[in-house]
Parts: sequence; structure tokens; C-alpha cells
Amino acid sequence: MAKVKGDIVVDIEKCKGCELCVVACPQGTIALSDKINKKGYHYMVKIKDNCTGCENCALVCPDAVITVYRKSGKKKEKVATISNVQKDMTLEVN
Amino acid sequence: MDESIVRTEEQEFLEEDICVAENLVYKKPKTLTDIDLHYCPGCGHGVVHRLLMEVVEEMDIQDKVIGVAPVGCAVFAYNYMDIDMQEAAHGRATAVATGIIRVLPDKLVFTYQGDGDLAAIGTAETLHTCNRGENILIVFINNAVYGMTSGQMAPTTLPGMVTTTSPFGRDVKTMGYPLKMTDLVAQLPGTYYVTRQAVNNASNVRKTKKAIQKSFQYLQQKKGTCFIEVVSNCPSNWKMTPVEANKFVEEKLIPFYPLGDLKVPKEELK
Ligand SMILES: Cc1ncc(C[n+]2csc(CCOP(=O)(O)OP(=O)(O)O)c2C)c(N)n1
Ligand code: SF4
Ligand code: SF4
Ligand code: SF4
Ligand SMILES: [Mg+2]
Repeated sequence: MAKVKGDIVVDIEKCKGCELCVVACPQGTIALSDKINKKGYHYMVKIKDNCTGCENCALVCPDAVITVYRKSGKKKEKVATISNVQKDMTLEVN
Repeated sequence: MDESIVRTEEQEFLEEDICVAENLVYKKPKTLTDIDLHYCPGCGHGVVHRLLMEVVEEMDIQDKVIGVAPVGCAVFAYNYMDIDMQEAAHGRATAVATGIIRVLPDKLVFTYQGDGDLAAIGTAETLHTCNRGENILIVFINNAVYGMTSGQMAPTTLPGMVTTTSPFGRDVKTMGYPLKMTDLVAQLPGTYYVTRQAVNNASNVRKTKKAIQKSFQYLQQKKGTCFIEVVSNCPSNWKMTPVEANKFVEEKLIPFYPLGDLKVPKEELK
């Protein structure tokens, strides 16, 4: 998997398929779907896993339908290292 | 070997899900209601509504702000901005805002107006409000046409630009020259901060937001009239896709209406 640093969530039913986000994305992460939403618009979808969380798409979206996440700081965070595990033991991370 | 112990490879449990609260960097402001905007796809009005409400949320001034909505496509602005708002007759928004700020001087009052509204029918109100230096913010959405009424020529229409009432292009000899309201109001002693911005790309959107932030701060300090022109689009009446319309903004409108500050506070000049 690519070094994903960001991600987006789109409210597809509110999207009007204007495509402004698509041209604003420096990564080519997003495009319009072939499918349409209830309003009849081709909505925006992620087509690649290379979002950097730069916010450009959300900034130009006139309908405020994009939420952006970005992982701060270094690489992936190590949560736990497990070596010896007992059978029937339930493991909970976090 | 103790059967109950399963030897695992040293396993690292990694946090994979990026969409968690602590990673949130951009979200629709709460001060924007959940009602679907009635604007055409790609219309700049939506972007400017959102920026205003982002600033209101971030500055925590929701209970202090009063907006005045225009006549034009943004006539329903009060449905989308979750703040106190008053509708004004066509062109009269700054006169209504004057009334509000005189009665409630501690409120942060702004008008939101199109170019037909502010630069045609409302020219007198706009110039005199700026000349009196009323402590309000005027947000002027210049999309070079009368959007709501189906794309007639506005005072801001470019020379040669085709509209429904200038089907052969605006001929300045008979139809006059484009009126640069922002340049005019910058000359008046009452204005404190006058700037021209755009929302056709992410970088310009960021700058427009800064201008809105600054303006509300100046209003809090009771400095006088702040005026922000936003060079915007009207894909429907320009008969373009939103992407083409924003390209037209970049290539045709911005060269004629150059972006940047036209008047900055004296104390901020280096
Ligand atoms: C007194 C009066 N005159 C004329 C009209 C018709 N009218 C409605 S909106 C409009 C112009 C809107 O253009 P603009 O202010 O540029 O807003 P836009 O729709 O482009 O955002 C006009 C002339 C009206 N509603 N009231
Ligand atoms: S946040 Fe940036 S990289 Fe990610 S989809 Fe939006 S514009 Fe593209
Ligand atoms: S900018 Fe917004 S409304 Fe336009 S296509 Fe992208 S997500 Fe949809
Ligand atoms: S007519 Fe023009 S200004 Fe009005 S909502 Fe449609 S695109 Fe926007
Ligand atoms: Mg207009």
C-alpha cells in the first residue's frame, strides 16, 4: 500500500458533480463516478489511495461536502509489540 | 513447551484508519446549516458562504454577527448561514446594515451582495455607506452578470462579453465601461480596508478567507468600512462548465479586475 497520509469522506448525496475538486487535487486522487446520486449528479469518488490531506478539494467545493483527514507527524505510529500470546487470550489494542 | 503459549512473530499493531477525530483537518463549519444550497453546480456563492461561516465559527462570533442578504441568486443566504440575518430590498443592503449598526453598535454587521445589486441599483447606497465609514463589512460578489434573472449585462460585464442583453458583446461606446466599484470605494476616506480576492482555486480561497478574518477583526476594533470584492463565476449564465468558468475567471476576469489589497490600514504599512 502506498504511503497514505490523508483521506477524505464525501457526502455523495449532496455533491453536485461540478468537478472543481477534481481539477484542484494535485494528486489525481479523485474523479467523478459513472453512477449518479439522488439529485441526478455524477458524484465525486476516490480512485487512488494517494491522498495527502492537503485540503484543496474541500476548499474549492461550493457545497461543503468534503471532510479531510491528515495523519500528523512521522510515519505510522506503533501501538504495541506482542511476542508471547496465551491461547484464548483476548487481545485489545487501544 | 507450554501448549497454552502461542509463539507469534513479533507483531506490530499499527494504527491504519486515518479517518479518526484526531486526524481531522477540514470539516464543514457548524455555522453553515445542513440545508442543500440551491446554487447551480460550481457556483462561487457556495464557497463564499462557507468561508464566511468558517470565520464566524473560528472567531466564535456567531451570536455577534448580523448579515444582510441581497436580492440576486444569494437571496436565500439566510437559509444557509446560521446567524441573525435580515433581507434587504435590491441594492439597499448597505442602507439596511447602516440602520442595524447604528442601533446595535456592538454587533458585527456584514452585507452580502452581487454586482447587479451593489454596482447597479445600489450604487448610491454603497458609495454613501463607504463615504460615511459605517463600521460594516461589505462582501461584493462580482460574477459580471445578473445571475438570478438569467444573465443580463451588469455594470461589471467585461468589454466585448456576450450576455443576454449584449448578444453581440458589450460595446463600451453605447453600453458604457465596466464600473470598478472597489477602486472607487478605495478612494473614499471612510473605508479602512479594501481588497479584491477570488475563489477560483484553492490558493485564492485561502486568501479570501484571510481577508474575511481581517475584516471581522477590524470591525471588532470599530475601524470603519471594510470592503471585499470576490471575483466569482456564473457557470450557468456564462454557458460554461464550472471548470471552464473558473478558467474564464483566471484568464479574463482577473486580468481586468486584478487581485490584491487596494487599501490597507496605514498602521500596517511597512
Ligand atoms: C427593485 C428590483 N429591481 C429589479 C429586480 C430584479 N432582479 C432580481 S435579481 C437582479 C440582479 C441580480 O444580479 P446580481 O446582484 O449580480 O446577483 P447574482 O444573481 O449575479 O448573484 C435583478 C435585477 C428586483 N428583484 N427588484
Ligand atoms: S485532500 Fe488533497 S490530495 Fe486528498 S483528495 Fe483532496 S485535493 Fe486530493
Ligand atoms: S467540488 Fe464538491 S460538489 Fe463539486 S464535484 Fe467535488 S465534491 Fe462534488
Ligand atoms: S445563476 Fe449563476 S450566480 Fe446564480 S446560482 Fe447559478 S451559477 Fe450561481
Ligand atoms: Mg452578479
